[in-house]
Amino acid sequence: MVSTVVVLGALAAIVLTSSGWPEVRDTFFSWSHFKDSFPDVAKGFWLDVRIFVIVELVVLALGLLVALVRVTRAPALFPMRLLAATYTDVFRGIPTILCVYLVGFGVPALRLSGLPTDPVVLGGAALALSYSAYVAEVYRAGIDSIHPGQRSGALALGLTPTQATRYVVLPQAVRRVVPPLLNDFIALQKDVALVSILGPLEAFRVAQIEAASTFNYTPLIAAACLYLAVTIPLARVVDRLQARDLLRRSGGAPA
Amino acid sequence: MTPPVLEVQGVTKAYGDEQVLRGVDLAVREHEAVALIGASGSGKSTLLRCIDLLEEIDDGDVLLDGRVITDPSVDAVPVRRRLGLVFQAFNLFPHMTVLENVVLGPSRAQGTSREQAEQEAHELLARFGLDAREADYPDRLSGGQQQRVAIIRALATRPRALLLDEITSALDPELVGEVLEQVRELKEQGMTMLIATHEMNFARDVANEICFLHEGRIAERGEPAALLANPQQPETQRFLSRLSAAV
Repeated sequence: MVSTVVVLGALAAIVLTSSGWPEVRDTFFSWSHFKDSFPDVAKGFWLDVRIFVIVELVVLALGLLVALVRVTRAPALFPMRLLAATYTDVFRGIPTILCVYLVGFGVPALRLSGLPTDPVVLGGAALALSYSAYVAEVYRAGIDSIHPGQRSGALALGLTPTQATRYVVLPQAVRRVVPPLLNDFIALQKDVALVSILGPLEAFRVAQIEAASTFNYTPLIAAACLYLAVTIPLARVVDRLQARDLLRRSGGAPA
Repeated sequence: MTPPVLEVQGVTKAYGDEQVLRGVDLAVREHEAVALIGASGSGKSTLLRCIDLLEEIDDGDVLLDGRVITDPSVDAVPVRRRLGLVFQAFNLFPHMTVLENVVLGPSRAQGTSREQAEQEAHELLARFGLDAREADYPDRLSGGQQQRVAIIRALATRPRALLLDEITSALDPELVGEVLEQVRELKEQGMTMLIATHEMNFARDVANEICFLHEGRIAERGEPAALLANPQQPETQRFLSRLSAAV
């Protein structure tokens, strides 16, 4: 505790006494610029939130689907398994920003009718494709971590393989991967800013425009605050959920 | 004459190069219990898993009420619904309460209504003195209680025969008694059972026949008291003397 204070104090002292600090303070932490830009940045952030929520729901479903295909052992599903494995390899291997670029500019260039051209939709789709690949691997690790005896137990009761997965394996697997899933969602929440390269006026882009027109970077700090306002409470909520689950299953006694 | 409830004919099973079962024959008649004894690794668990179609056999047949169940054309799920299997490691579902563990089979596999399944589960748990724990999660129960719940869970699906796979081997010694007592009770009520066990006294009390599994075959079989007191085969003698030396 004392050492924390000492270290933080020393760091603060170094920053605050640096010769450039007054300038940095004015260009990054200007209260008047903060007040002026905040409403517009917040409006942009509302678009981020909407993209994030919808993409997250898609990712949860698509990731699970890919993971389930990858863990099935039915020989008939081999082509599907190969497809799912290829998908995760490719989309985990491509930088997300590149994926947003390729989908955002590539798909409209095809000029196929029926395909969306809205940059928000395309950007969201690119993020969903990229993150579903990661999340599929998280789910898969969770499923693999469940002891085979659980599945045997379910099958021995006469459940079908699908029921065994649905009622016994998945509920336990999902509970186990909540922290890594949340980790990926915090990353996703930040990466929504990548959609800005396609043009939509989300928080980062709005802040960038404001900064460019006033030569003051405070709007970017405003955007950063908004991101933190979502991600930090999110992390705390999951901490609490997990603690409660642990407590419930160990019957009130600390495990 | 009615066929045995369970009949195993010349069953073989290998894992890769390791031949675990080399032609096992045995039969369990209605209301009878057969105890399967043998060293660890002799194939007892494998045999039970093969009978419940959790593993595929390489050759031979398993018959349930005179019908072959190990043919590839037979759907495994309805067969498993007619058999109950209790595992050495309990395999209770930790994310479900005791009651939910017992209800899952009847409500999902047998198509019993949720209400009726809960009612019956409650009655079963009460019959074995575990109704006070039905809202608890399995982690909170002692090992003995967990295994008794696992037996009840298997009973809830009204199996034609019960397969017990070394159900006391993972328990602390002082918890073994309550579990075996429950199995004795089931025997008295006429449950047909195939029991893999290391508890020789229990096997003598409960079983109508003991089969000694050695190197993938039934090396010796017979009436329990006689076989345990006076084993004929040298392998059986060695196995039993090692066991009594250990005690």
